[in-house]
Amino acid sequence: MKEFVPAGADLELRGIRKEFPGFTAIEDLDLHIPAGEFFALLGPSGCGKTTTLRIIAGLEEPTRGQVLIGGQDVTYTKPHERPVNTVFQSYALFPHMTILENVAFGLRQRKIADPLGKARDALNLVELGYAAERRPQQLSGGQQQRVALARALVNRPSLLLLDEPLGALDLKLRRQMQIELKAIQMEVGLTFLHVTHDQEEAMDMADTVAVMNKGRIEQMGAPEALYERPKTAFVAKFLGQSNIFVGEIAEQSANSLSINVAGNKISVPTARAEKTSGKIAIGVRPEKAEFHREQPAASAERNILGPGTIKDIRFTGVSNQYLIEIPNIGDIIVFAQNVGISPVIELGEKVWVSFKIEHAFGLADLPAGDED
Amino acid sequence: MAFAGFSGTAKVQGAPAKSSRIVLALLLPGMLYLAMFFMIPLVSLLITSLETPAASGAYGAYDYALDFSSYQRVVTSYFPQIMRSFGYAFLATVFALVIAYPLAYFIGVRLRSRPLIQKLTLTLVTAPFFISFLLRTIAWKQILSDDSPTLNFLRSIHLLAPDQYFLGTPFAVVWGLTYNFIPFMVLPLYGVLERLDLRLIEAAGDLYASPVSVFRRITLPLTMPGIISGTLLTFIPITGDYVNASRDFLGSSSTSMIGNMVEADFLQNSDYPAASALSAVLMAVILLIVVFYVKRTGTEDLL
Repeated sequence: MKEFVPAGADLELRGIRKEFPGFTAIEDLDLHIPAGEFFALLGPSGCGKTTTLRIIAGLEEPTRGQVLIGGQDVTYTKPHERPVNTVFQSYALFPHMTILENVAFGLRQRKIADPLGKARDALNLVELGYAAERRPQQLSGGQQQRVALARALVNRPSLLLLDEPLGALDLKLRRQMQIELKAIQMEVGLTFLHVTHDQEEAMDMADTVAVMNKGRIEQMGAPEALYERPKTAFVAKFLGQSNIFVGEIAEQSANSLSINVAGNKISVPTARAEKTSGKIAIGVRPEKAEFHREQPAASAERNILGPGTIKDIRFTGVSNQYLIEIPNIGDIIVFAQNVGISPVIELGEKVWVSFKIEHAFGLADLPAGDED
Repeated sequence: MAFAGFSGTAKVQGAPAKSSRIVLALLLPGMLYLAMFFMIPLVSLLITSLETPAASGAYGAYDYALDFSSYQRVVTSYFPQIMRSFGYAFLATVFALVIAYPLAYFIGVRLRSRPLIQKLTLTLVTAPFFISFLLRTIAWKQILSDDSPTLNFLRSIHLLAPDQYFLGTPFAVVWGLTYNFIPFMVLPLYGVLERLDLRLIEAAGDLYASPVSVFRRITLPLTMPGIISGTLLTFIPITGDYVNASRDFLGSSSTSMIGNMVEADFLQNSDYPAASALSAVLMAVILLIVVFYVKRTGTEDLL
């Protein structure tokens, strides 16, 4: 009788490229996921993230490159020979088997002792022990999703792949499943690779997030680092919201760079800038910016813009979102926390916007439409 | 394909009373058809099977009676033909399934990404129907005849002894039956394979199932409705077939099936009660086999 693998294994992708007739899904991908980590691959649809997952699972063969799991090259091994399990977006539960048999399927295939007992334990883990004898069609979407998770987890794979498994669930169930999934991952200590287009989900659950765009990884790191210092315009806009200003470098001091945008000087610390010559883009998160009714006094610590007018106010509960139009610059978004002391302000009022220079970040590229 | 859709989709909705008259009107032609061309002939057949030779003694004349002796007579004297019919039908059905399944799988699954070629191939499967069944069987008679190029070739490469032949043997009859009924097996199989969810196949592979396991545990059970309707659509008509086994086509007197005996009794011997009794026996046995078969294969895994 075979036994389970002791723990998660690390995953390494080396120079993966995947071409389909007519387009290239993955350009050139290098990736290393340490054992036991919860890793999220985040990107819009069509960015190549699902293809990456299918290559790791063995459902697609890469045009070029290598896949290593636990140091072993598995690039050309069949899916059933890989220590990998997948929770599919469609769940793909077997309709002619009971829930219990679905979960026991992988164990039976590997001839592991007591498949039904282990399957029952896995169903209890996802709180579906009572549904063991039902058929998949008799369960709701959320329940089916949990069965798919149990069916993959019960095998204790070195690597668990999650292909947007929460996509079909409603918000409340989704939050609940996110918490459960994270708890299960910490409990069993497996390596998780989660593919998603939901940035909140990725940031909330993953230890490391890789943002993927057009077949390549734009930036990778801890969620906080990615949010605080996005390096490209795509990441700045896909992961949360950003105000981005573009201009030629006008002034350069020992520790800061400045650009001039329609008469406003905007500075960024050199240490937080990816590009230090020519035309650059400087960004700031909306919650780091604030607005003033009076023109603030010039300061070496703050970038000041304006005046502009309030174009839109949106109440979202925890914060208010203000859209401020500044002539020749465009629309700026400002979030102000709803703590009950926010100024009462009307649409059309004249305001100035400011933010700390240390909160600004300089991007490596320019937003689409601003390229030379 | 009466058995293709029994996987639990038949949900009757409570229709408003108004439309029930329309439903009845729509059903009427079908009911009339069934009554005229199925129920009445069936009853007539059963009555004929119970008739007794006319008191006048005239050849081919019979009187109404409740005489079960025809049944006893046909079962004892035609026992070899009855057994042969079911034996040939079983063999031909198995061969047709073995040939048709990979073909249907190829068309229904592998050719999915090329719809044009898929439809074209499917048309090719049904293409033999454009030529008469009799002509095609006669063509096989030519191909398999003792002095045909085929046999001469097989003899020249020593696959066949000089005194061996095909025509008139059970081999030729089962060959012909298999050939003629393959499309009836392919079409229902194609129907289920074309709708097979390939994501389930991928999921099974991801869960450590080898290709053989995937087929046995996933593909086969999910396509069982097609296998059942396909085998019934071939097995039932084959047991009653009298063309392939006939002396004029691929058979000989040693390959006669029930159909040939019915034909002989009815058209040559004018023994109508015997022909009717034999038909009734055939029908009853098929009914028993089908009920048993559907119960065995149908209810366990599909519902």
